Amino acid sequence: MVKSYKPKRLEEALQIIKNEDCILFAGGTDLMVNRKIYFDDKNSDKKVLFLSSIEELKDISSDSNYIEIGSMTTLCSVEKNNLIPEALREAAKSMASPSIRNIATIGGNICNASPAGDTLPYLYAAQATLVLESIEGSREVYIGDFIKGPRKKDIKKHEILTKIKIPLKEYDIWEFRKVGTRKSTALSKLSFTGLAKKKDGILEDIRLSFGAVGPTVVRCRDYENKIIEIGKDIKIPEIIDMYSSIITPIDDQRSTAYYRKEVALSLLSNFLLKL
Amino acid sequence: MENKIKFILNGEEVEVLCSPVKRLLDVLRDDFNLSGAKEGCGKGECGACSVLIDGKLINSCLYPAQMAEGKEVLTIEGLKKSRIFEILSESFIDAGAVQCGFCTPGMIMASYALLRKNPNPTEEDIREGLSGNLCRCTGYNMIIEAVKMAAKRGEGLW
Repeated sequence: MVKSYKPKRLEEALQIIKNEDCILFAGGTDLMVNRKIYFDDKNSDKKVLFLSSIEELKDISSDSNYIEIGSMTTLCSVEKNNLIPEALREAAKSMASPSIRNIATIGGNICNASPAGDTLPYLYAAQATLVLESIEGSREVYIGDFIKGPRKKDIKKHEILTKIKIPLKEYDIWEFRKVGTRKSTALSKLSFTGLAKKKDGILEDIRLSFGAVGPTVVRCRDYENKIIEIGKDIKIPEIIDMYSSIITPIDDQRSTAYYRKEVALSLLSNFLLKL
Repeated sequence: MENKIKFILNGEEVEVLCSPVKRLLDVLRDDFNLSGAKEGCGKGECGACSVLIDGKLINSCLYPAQMAEGKEVLTIEGLKKSRIFEILSESFIDAGAVQCGFCTPGMIMASYALLRKNPNPTEEDIREGLSGNLCRCTGYNMIIEAVKMAAKRGEGLW
């Protein structure tokens, strides 16, 4: 039988996981689907720590440098909060269905570390960092370094992802596109996020990321810098060629490698046309 | 380990002794004999198990019993006692929005969750509000029609 904890304060939760191995339960929309694997009742030492009663993990705030989103913020709150950048709100809105978004959390989406997690491409592009806390202290890590592969992440047993920090930056051109089988309750075949800033006709910044076309989100800062360097004279086919070498999707039940790559590159090309 | 979990079910305080990760859907059906919420997919994709928790639409197949502790759970059986249900039910009948009926309790709960937040929804709002609920008979247009009808008939009630 499963033993559970439902602390009301973060400190209490950190104390519990310092001493005991627990499955951290955020919204549970992925865990419950696979509950037979995670909560096999024959396995008597399974422990679950519910994070849903910890109000301090549900804050959204901003100062002049960052927007901070509590890890237990639901996708519904991400979608509706004006402090949150539009591209991320758009990503949240594209996910699952209203009833799932009412309980699924941004922290859960990150820690699930699925290549098709739809909040991830934006967070990579925006250079978001994650705050991981344990009873001994806290550390910050860039999301791209946190996620190591499908379902693999850099988190220790006694740590909890508490906050997502997004550097505040204005992008005048942005796009989030998700391609799924249908509009609602569909997992991504692929997704694209583009952010760009132009000043007086000159490209100052560009961030390009792709979801579900590799084991982790694809983003290449070298290529982005190259595009900024070339500036006005960018030739779209050359950029497409560059990205073609790093977009290496697979065939699976949701789509084919060929389709994913073609569409990802088309979305990129479409975004570059807007610059 | 079985936990004693207390919550408010359709307006009444109740208590259940079960595993903390038992699905709320199973608690409702097995422990309280409330069979309005149904299991379609068991993965949060079909909405047949929809109920409201603290006024928000959720899929009871994805919701662990422990998380319901201290919360207000409303199922179709609880809604049935209200004038709101009559309006929704009559509108669904009049619009021809019910065929086999398996999805209907979930559709009604999703419609109610939408209308209490947004009493004058546009067609797009309705489609979005019901986007987590599948129906394999009617083809949706009649259901959308029913919600529009209910919104009008229940003006001031939501």
